[in-house]
Amino acid sequence: MVIVSKNTVHAVFFLILDFISVGCLFIMIGAEFLGMIMLIVYVGAVAVLFLFVVMMLNVAEQKQSWFRGLKKSTHIPVGLIVSIIILLELLVVIGGWKYKEDFISTNSIIIDSNFSNTHQLGSVLYTDYIYLFQIAGIILLLSMIGAIILTYRKREGVKKQSYINQISRERETSVEVVEADFNTGVKIDD
Amino acid sequence: MINIELGHYLTLGGVIFLLGVVGIFLNRKNIIVILMSVELILLSVNINLIAFSTYLNEITGQIFTFFILTVAAAEAAIGLAIIVSYYRNKGSIRVQDINEMKG
Repeated sequence: MVIVSKNTVHAVFFLILDFISVGCLFIMIGAEFLGMIMLIVYVGAVAVLFLFVVMMLNVAEQKQSWFRGLKKSTHIPVGLIVSIIILLELLVVIGGWKYKEDFISTNSIIIDSNFSNTHQLGSVLYTDYIYLFQIAGIILLLSMIGAIILTYRKREGVKKQSYINQISRERETSVEVVEADFNTGVKIDD
Repeated sequence: MINIELGHYLTLGGVIFLLGVVGIFLNRKNIIVILMSVELILLSVNINLIAFSTYLNEITGQIFTFFILTVAAAEAAIGLAIIVSYYRNKGSIRVQDINEMKG
């Protein structure tokens, strides 16, 4: 439904539904922290981001025409090739499934059922994966700065306070002693 | 009562991945829907990682799911910012109209 909705807002709502369902599945399977993070991040932030962009750009009512206007569609062969490749990969995976051996865990970080999920996640994340954690933080900072820079627009004719001009004023350029003529005063220019 | 096991989760991940790919290839109008399809693909990867993490009794899969979540959120923010700035410059974000590079 995300990909075939005619209305983009409906597509965003189906995306939210999808993320909520998967978050519930994560909670069910035992990854409570990631399920809650999925709910907070996607339903709270990313979905609102998508909705804002859809409303801001006013593209909500663009009709999807892939099911009727297929004239001069030059990328259908590409799609066929990609789908055949994916089909072959799926066949390989499903065909190899019956020959699978028992799963073995090669790492020594085992889920210990004495602690909660969040406890274990934190105890691994802040020790073994501390550099990746820092890099993730830097990626988030970069995306924030990048989004602001990409969408920032300098408007003409808007009065703004300029701190650097205020701070860097000198006495010589801002104060002046003039001789005031009698009965005429001083002409002030700004 | 059906016992939900690893195969079900992997099937769900595969189905969501295929839906994302189909959404990218069938879409001709709206680039925001393409971004949402990319989010679906990343979500299917997360489902696979979480399923294997639980069934192998190992926490590393959840760590990597965490990082994938981070990168997905950053990617959504940057992509939407690019779309907004493109729309301001060109006035349209239809996929057919974006052909300046003549790829």
